[in-house]
Amino acid sequence: MPPENFLEIRDLNFAYDKRPILRGINMSIPKGQVVAIMGGSGCGKTTLLKLIGGQIRPTQGHVKFDGRIIHELGRSDLYQTRRKMGMLFQFGALFTDLSVYDNVAFQMREHTDLPESLIRDLVLMKLDAVGLRGARDLMPNELSGGMARRVALARTIALDPMLIMYDEPFTGLDPISLGVIGNLIRKLNDALGASSIVVTHDVQESLQIVDYVYFVSEGVIVAHGTPDEIRSSETPFVHQFIHGEIDGPVPFHYPSPPYFEDLQLEPPHA
Amino acid sequence: MLDFLRKLGHTAIDAIWRLGYAGKFFFLTLIGSGTCFRRFHLVIREIYYTGVRSLIIIIVSGLFVGMVLALQGYETLQRYGSSSALGVLVALALVRELGPVVSALLFASRAGSAITAEIGLMKATEQLSAMEMMAVDPIARVVAPRFWSGVISLPLLTAIFNAMGIFGGYLIGVVLIGVDEGSFWSQMQAGVDFREDIMNGVIKSVVFGIAVTLIAVFEGYDSPPTAEGVSGATTRTVVTSSLIILILDFVLTSFMFRGV
Repeated sequence: MPPENFLEIRDLNFAYDKRPILRGINMSIPKGQVVAIMGGSGCGKTTLLKLIGGQIRPTQGHVKFDGRIIHELGRSDLYQTRRKMGMLFQFGALFTDLSVYDNVAFQMREHTDLPESLIRDLVLMKLDAVGLRGARDLMPNELSGGMARRVALARTIALDPMLIMYDEPFTGLDPISLGVIGNLIRKLNDALGASSIVVTHDVQESLQIVDYVYFVSEGVIVAHGTPDEIRSSETPFVHQFIHGEIDGPVPFHYPSPPYFEDLQLEPPHA
Repeated sequence: MLDFLRKLGHTAIDAIWRLGYAGKFFFLTLIGSGTCFRRFHLVIREIYYTGVRSLIIIIVSGLFVGMVLALQGYETLQRYGSSSALGVLVALALVRELGPVVSALLFASRAGSAITAEIGLMKATEQLSAMEMMAVDPIARVVAPRFWSGVISLPLLTAIFNAMGIFGGYLIGVVLIGVDEGSFWSQMQAGVDFREDIMNGVIKSVVFGIAVTLIAVFEGYDSPPTAEGVSGATTRTVVTSSLIILILDFVLTSFMFRGV
């Protein structure tokens, strides 16, 4: 039996003013899977996460999460739905006035009436899962980039979300931290029985941990498939992206008038 | 010419739009205030950052303003042989005008700018978005406690400013110049009316507290999420607050002390 679709995106369009960002996006994310959304900078990947989280409204189409259409929810229902989601921001977005411990405890204190002794146990368990139980008393400005990302990950899974979204989790990390975060994304997803969406342009790390990949370019899905299908894909965009070629469907040059015309020079005669 | 008119129109529409947005923001802050009253420790924490940490500047400024008032007041009163009225002059000038206005101006520069910068940076580093994604309303959790901390802190700081100013006036008038201590205090007691002078001063400081803190939280929340955006918002907080304080002071004074 195919796995149940936990998140469905149908004919999703979004535009800032009149500038289209996403066009006709269709995606299905089954329960228990880790799905990567890849594409160049500015192609609309983060906008897609914001649409899933209900931070912005689509101009057309819908996002259906756990059987409910996100943009049709009222504020209170949206907040209830968001409790089932977790989101790891690009640079962690830790609360800088709270310690590591208080950052992880934040949601528990906001949304539950659990006694402080139980919150302590849960926080230490979450921190242990990301290997930072010993850093509980540090402040965010005392953490390295990789540690901050791991603390943010512990905070993201504080209430055991059903859907975890990662916005560029590998950006700016050294190879060791990168491997650690990648490993944690896979392990935590499997341990929680959740679904995960990883927005990234880190090809090598992502293809090792995800179950399925969507490629987005200029606001549309240009390719999708399993990591093996993607590796062997002959689609020009995917090929250029996977192999890091400097020119191809994504041109090296930003659209501009002819070079010689711009420099006001005579073009060379053939 | 057409360009000028177009720019003028854009500026006017933008200003009206921002005013309307600020009104809506104020309304949402009031709606979201329930959480911070139920969890009052959030407000107390902010009172420490906005109020307690402004104490030094308020105490020192109050002392010196009172001392200058006494020097200037004595100079003038002495010409008319009324130097014994120095106490009442210092006290009235402080509780009616200088206390609320100068405290509010200092508060806007010290605490208002800090509130704007903090909220602006929280926005720029996606902390407010993260809070929203955790199903926690940033207006209720971040804005409302800071707003109420300012509204509570400023009247208290004004009272401290006034007390220090009167003490400064006493130091200069009685201890240094030698005005009679009995008449200094008794004329002050007789000349300052609790309702007309002190309560009106308190009303002013509450109104200034609402205005300054609302501007501070709004500018922070509305700031573009860039370094330039946050610095611009911080400057706007101080400039707008200072102007609003002076305008409101005129309006309130014209209602309160008319014909007295």
